[in-house]
Parts: sequence; C-alpha cells; structure tokens
Amino acid sequence: MNGRRRARSRKAVAAALQFLVVVATTYLGLLAVTFFIGRVIPIDPVLAVLGDRAPAHVVERTREAMGLNLPLYQQFVIYCRQALSGDFGISVLTTNPVMTDIRRVFPATMELATVGTLIGALIGVPLGVLAAVKRGSIADQIVRVIGLVGYSVPIFWLALLALLVFYARLKWVAYPGRIDIVYEYTFSPITGFYLVDALWQRQWDVLRDVFRHIILPASLLGYFSLAYISRMTRSFMLNELQQEYIVAARAKGLSEARIIWAHALRNAAVPLVTVIALSYAGLLEGSVLTETVFSWPGLGLYITNSLQNADMNAVLGGTIIIGSVFIGINLLSDLLYRTLDPRTRAR
Amino acid sequence: MMHKLNGRFRLLTATATLALVMGAAQPVFAETPKDTLVEGFAFDDIITMDPGEAFELSTAEMTSNTYSLLVRLDLNDTSKVVGDLAENWTVSDDGLTYTFKLKPGMKFASGNPITAEDVAYSFERAVKLDKSPAFILTQFGLTGDNVTEKAKAADAQTFVFTVDQPYAPSFVLNCLTATVASVVDKKLVLEHVKPVTPDDKYKYDNDFGNEWLKTGYAGSGPFKLREWRANEVVVLERNENYYGEPAMLARVIYRHMKESAGQRLALEAGDIDVARNLEPGDYEAASKNADLATTSAPKGTVYYISLNQKNEKLAKPEVQKAFKYLVDYDAIGATLIKGIGEIHQSFLPKDVLGALNENPYTFDVAKAKELLAQAGYPDGFTVTMDVRNTQPVTGVAESFQQTLGQAGVKLEIIPGDGKQTLTKYRARNHDMYIGQWGMDYFDPHSNADTFTNNPDNSDEGKNKTLAWRNAWDVPELSKKTKEALLERDSAKRAEIYKGLQKTVLEDSPFVVIFQQTEVAGLRSNLKGFKLGPSFDTNYVWNVSKE
Repeated sequence: MNGRRRARSRKAVAAALQFLVVVATTYLGLLAVTFFIGRVIPIDPVLAVLGDRAPAHVVERTREAMGLNLPLYQQFVIYCRQALSGDFGISVLTTNPVMTDIRRVFPATMELATVGTLIGALIGVPLGVLAAVKRGSIADQIVRVIGLVGYSVPIFWLALLALLVFYARLKWVAYPGRIDIVYEYTFSPITGFYLVDALWQRQWDVLRDVFRHIILPASLLGYFSLAYISRMTRSFMLNELQQEYIVAARAKGLSEARIIWAHALRNAAVPLVTVIALSYAGLLEGSVLTETVFSWPGLGLYITNSLQNADMNAVLGGTIIIGSVFIGINLLSDLLYRTLDPRTRAR
Repeated sequence: MMHKLNGRFRLLTATATLALVMGAAQPVFAETPKDTLVEGFAFDDIITMDPGEAFELSTAEMTSNTYSLLVRLDLNDTSKVVGDLAENWTVSDDGLTYTFKLKPGMKFASGNPITAEDVAYSFERAVKLDKSPAFILTQFGLTGDNVTEKAKAADAQTFVFTVDQPYAPSFVLNCLTATVASVVDKKLVLEHVKPVTPDDKYKYDNDFGNEWLKTGYAGSGPFKLREWRANEVVVLERNENYYGEPAMLARVIYRHMKESAGQRLALEAGDIDVARNLEPGDYEAASKNADLATTSAPKGTVYYISLNQKNEKLAKPEVQKAFKYLVDYDAIGATLIKGIGEIHQSFLPKDVLGALNENPYTFDVAKAKELLAQAGYPDGFTVTMDVRNTQPVTGVAESFQQTLGQAGVKLEIIPGDGKQTLTKYRARNHDMYIGQWGMDYFDPHSNADTFTNNPDNSDEGKNKTLAWRNAWDVPELSKKTKEALLERDSAKRAEIYKGLQKTVLEDSPFVVIFQQTEVAGLRSNLKGFKLGPSFDTNYVWNVSKE
C-alpha cells in the first residue's frame, strides 16, 4: 500500500519535471528565435525609435543607450537575463513598460477570441454532427460549402463586406473599436474584459453597446473557427458512428437522438476538445487583419506594429505571452482530455 | 417529458435574452455628442507627448492644439508670424538679441501664471534633453552649458533670446513656431521631475519631467490633453483657463483608425465627424455624398526620386536630365495622386518663403533619348530602385518604370517595408530611391538644408542629408545654403532660395515630382474645420457643430 503510493508520487514528480523541462526549452527557443529575427531583419532599430529626421549625434547616443554597439552574444545574454527576471523593458512605440501594454491589449484580444470561439464551437459542432449523420445528403453539402468559404475567403475582404452590410446598411452593429466614445467618461473598466466589467458594474447600456461592438468581429472570427471545427467534428463523428457500440446501442432500441448526442458525440468530444483548444489558442494570438479593420486595440495589432518598427522589447514580451498561452491551453486541454476520457484517468 | 420541456424552456430564454440585447440594434442614425468632435485618424506614429521630445507628424497636431508658443505662423500669410504668448518683439541692431514681451495676465491650464521663467525653462529642458527636434533650437548656438544665459527671463514679462550669428529674423522666428519651442508649465513640471544619476552622456541630475510628460500635460493651449492611449484614443478637453478665445467645443476625441474604407463607413454612419486618412476612391465618394463635405490643403511634404551618384551611370548630368523628362507628370497628377497631391517640381513646397512655383519639365521621350545618347547610352541600361510598398509611392514607381522603358532604360523595382528601404537608403546602398521629405519647421532652410547641403561627402559623414545619401558632392551649393541664413532682408533671402531651387531643377540627382495634399472628409454639420499648411497648424479650436 505504502510502496504503491510512493511509486505514484514519484510518477507525479517525474511528470511535473518533464513538463518543466518542456516549458523551459520552449521558452529558451522562443527567446533565441525572437532575438535572432530581431537582429536579422534589415531594419535599424534606432530608426524606429527616433524616426528619419533625428540628427546624427542623437542617433549615435541612442544606439549606445540601446546596447546595439555591444557584441551579439553579449546582447543575447542581456536580453535573456532581462526576460527571465520578468522585465521586458519599455516599448519604444508606446513608451509604456511592455507588461503594462500587454495587460491593456491582451484582454481585448482574449475577449474577442473567447466570444469568437464560443460562436464557432456552438454552431460548428452541431453542424459537423448534422453533416456526419446525413452524410452525402444536401445538408452535408451545404455544411461543406460553408466550411470551404470560411477557409478560402480572405478575412479582410469578408470583414469589410460584413461592415458594409451589418453596420452601414442594416445598422445592427456598432463600429469602430470596443465601445462608443460617449462611455469614454462614464465607464471605467477593471479587468479589461468589457463584457465582464459592464456586467459586474451593472451598466446595462454599456453592456449592450459593448455587445454591439464585439458581435461582428467575433462572429467573423467565429466563422473561421467554425469552418475548421465543423470539418473536424464531421470526421470524428463518422469514425464513431461506424463503431460496434453504436450497432449495439441501436440493437438495444435506444432512440437515434440519444445514440448521436449521448454516445457518439460523447466519444468524439475527446479529440474535439483539442481541436477547439488549438483554434482558441490561434485566435488568442490576435488576428491582425480583423483588428486592423475593426480598430480593435488588441495583441495582434500590437505585435505586428512593433515588429515592423523593430520594437524588440514589445515583440519579445508579446511572443512570450503567446507562448505561455499556448503552453497553458495545451495543459488545459490535456486536463480536460483526462476528465473526458476515463481510460487516461489516474487510478 | 420534464427533460424536454426544460430544453425548450432554455432555448426560449436564450432567444429572448438575445433579442433583448439586440433590441438596441434598431436602425437609428448614430450621432456623436453635440459638444464633442470625433476624428478617425491613423496616429500610430505617436511615441511621446513631450513637446521637447516629440517629432512625429500626428503629435505635432496634438501639441499645437494643447500648448502655446511665443509666436505662431500667420495663417493668412505663411511667410510671416504673429504673436501667441508674445505681445510684441524686437531684434537688436546687430541681429543677435531677440526680446519678447509677454501678454499680461495669462495662465496655464493648471492655473499657474505664465511668465518668462516658464519660456526660459522650456528652452532649457529642450536643449538639455537634446532629443530629436532639439536641433531646431541648438542650431542658434544653444548648448547645455550656455542655454540658461542665451535664453533667459529678464523679468517676469520679458524673455531674451541671444543667437550666435546675425541670422535672418525670418529664419529665427519661423523656427520658434516649431512645436519644440512650446512653453511648458515650469512649476507643474518641477513637481514631476525624476532624479537621474549624471554620467558622461547625460550630465544633469534630473530628467526635466521627460518621463512624466511623455503621457502627461503641462500646457496652456485652447485644449488640454486628457489622455493618450497608444493606437487607441487621444482625448482633448477645452482649457477653461485659456487666455484667448475659448475653444468652441468641449472636447475632441481622436480614434485610431488605420483603414480608409473603415473611416469612410464610420463617417457615413455618423460615428465619426471627420475622416482623416481617406484614399482617393473613398475621398471621391465622400465628396459626392450630400451628408458629407470635404476639405484639403497642400502640406509641406514633397515626393522625389533620387539617383545615387556612386553609380557612374546615374552620375552623368545628361542621364539626370533625361530622367526628369521621363516622368509622366500629367498622368500621375490626373490619376495616381488625384486629390492627395499636386505636381510640383521644385524642392520647396508652396507657400513657404521663396518657394518656386514653376514646373518646367514635361514627359518627353524623344528629348530623353537624345540626352541618353549624349551620355553614351543610346540603348539605355538597367538600374534598380528601392520602393516601399505603400501607395502612392508604389504606383508612381510603376509608372516611372513604364516610362523609363520607353527610352530603353530597364528599371528593376525592389519592394520593401518602409523602415527597411530607409535603412538601405541611409547606408547609401541604393541605385535609386523614391521618397518623401517633410519640412521640420516652416522655413525654407528646413528643405534647403537637406537637398542642397552636404558638408562632408565621405562615407563617415555624420550629416546624413538627402544630398549626402545620394553622394551628391556640392561644396559650393552647401556654402550658398549657409549664406542664405544670414541674409536679413526677407526679399533678398527669398531670391537666394529661388536660385537654389533652379539649380536643383536644372542640374541635380533629384527628380521632384509632387507635393502632398492632405485631405479630410467631414460631416456637413461641422463648421470651421480647416486643415492648415503644416501638420502643426491643423487647429481644431474653431470647429463647431450645427
């Protein structure tokens, strides 16, 4: 009894260690890659800080202050040391500490991604189930086309079209940004998740306004993840529906609805969780184009803008955050996997 | 049964909630508040709000609306200046001492009185911080060591500025209209200075409030800066302590919007009052919409193609001249830059002192071929051009590629990101480059200093002027450029600049093509919205709503 418990705890420690090693190497790789990219892009970072018109001596002084005169390996060591101590430095573009910036832009992206994924999963999964059950029927074809369009149409174009229809013509949704300027003075967000903040503060008109702002970009993102999720659901479901336990269930006389939703989908849900989690993680990186069109002050826009201006502090900070999100979501989906699949549960 | 009912009930509730929330989506016309101006504006270039440090175009607009200057450009005649804080000023007979008398009884937004002490401190901190725009002041001989002597308060109402050479007064006064000469509230800034350990790079024991002013505000303009959130919003509020005519609207909100199409949609829907970054197509659509109006103004930015003189083919005068004949100016003006620029071939923008308004070159393939034959290239040659991938630059480059081809010159376009092509240009590694130059301050010297000044053409040359970047070695012209600064008679000074422009037109590696026009689309209920001749004269305090 005692030996068994010890063996189990040893196993847990080993698993934790393994996880730590994976995380550490991932982070180190991330650091090296961002540093390398930052140094090979043919952009002078000083130019980013000062612009084209700064006089020569100011350029020289800034180059020195940014440590760009040091040998590369020294720069890398400094870079790693700062990153490890959690200090990502100051963003040259916004003049704020990078962490402050990220605390501001990340909730915007996360809120959008969460609503987007909810839409994608809530519609995508039933559509996929439908397509699998009515395989080869007209419904299956329609789902296929919906998915194909979502895959192949450029999001930039679709976003502008959606704006034209739902905002300019029908006036169902609001634009631009996350919230109307009339609330600039009356609404002070706490968490940065405006829907949550408005709900928390019971500001119903704000909640409605925020909803009207988020629904269109979120639906667009949702549509793209829907395309992926519905395809995957269909193939997982097809796989399950061919299993013998389905035949057994039918023989038992269970209703078709119960067989599909309670048995087949229950089993297809296991790999599906990974699919949805990955698509969620993808959205969390921030969709640059969506954010540009909707003037959404999110992470994608922040990192792209920083990269184009060789603002390496901001790029590093953003990359580390995205890396952490990926690791976190992978961990989470592993845990979910275990709850959903009894076979992987530790006994 | 119970189970089923529950499911249906849940669905019903969900639909009801959704309908309730979407209930707001009644087709009503969106309107911005009556006392607020909302502008859609791409301002991702802003990196600081400290007037002693900022040198970006978007910041210039914010600074000029929120801070005061000694003198401002006279918008009725931009070759002159008018007093802002200064009631009047005199120049000593030797041309070295400028004495400004301040208007009495003025206050900062904070309520502190505005005195000559504040002016002196503003000069001191700009010079000692020595950020990008500081050269506009230090070119008058100011250094960290002498600034407190050269720019000082004689008494509370009198500010005395001493320059190191008898410059043209127009030059000195024009430079003082630049945002770097904005007056900050000394008392308020001193409350926010951060101690610094002096070293050999920075020998002062404090940061002159630079860190705080990056996002803070210590001015006295018609508006005060309430908030700047990078790439999101800039909020200005009326300054109730302003000494002049109070601003008509209570607040101005700039929303960061990058896309022309998005700005147009929001403008049409009434969610913004002004769209500032409309591309030609959207601008034209706005001009045809009955609910909207448009406005435009020429800006002090010229677009040019330059030929690196390190390339021996491009160094031949005949080739340079041939290239000037190989731009299809009419076609470019009528299509590519329609509404956003106008053909302008000399390096000084319109409305600046001494600007030359003649465009002698037209598209002439026969003449160009003749010139190329004289240069020894009857069959043309191959050459590259670095082009950043934004409009209208790309379009102009493609047009030029096509017209060069007609004379047998094969142009290879190397596309790149803006910062990337600029890095290459500044290292003189290009053949040809298409770029733009915006004036740093509203004086002809700002452009002359870069187009016709190249004191050291060696690769180590510190002064990376446009002449240097193209290895155009012109000691005589550089001397002339310097001399123009000391010509105290404005009319004579203007003549010198006309001469410089003629030389560049005739015989230089610069093919100046057009001058930028800034455009804006407006809701038609706006009154008094006007774009100025420069980025620091786009004033919003006269704007009102019907």
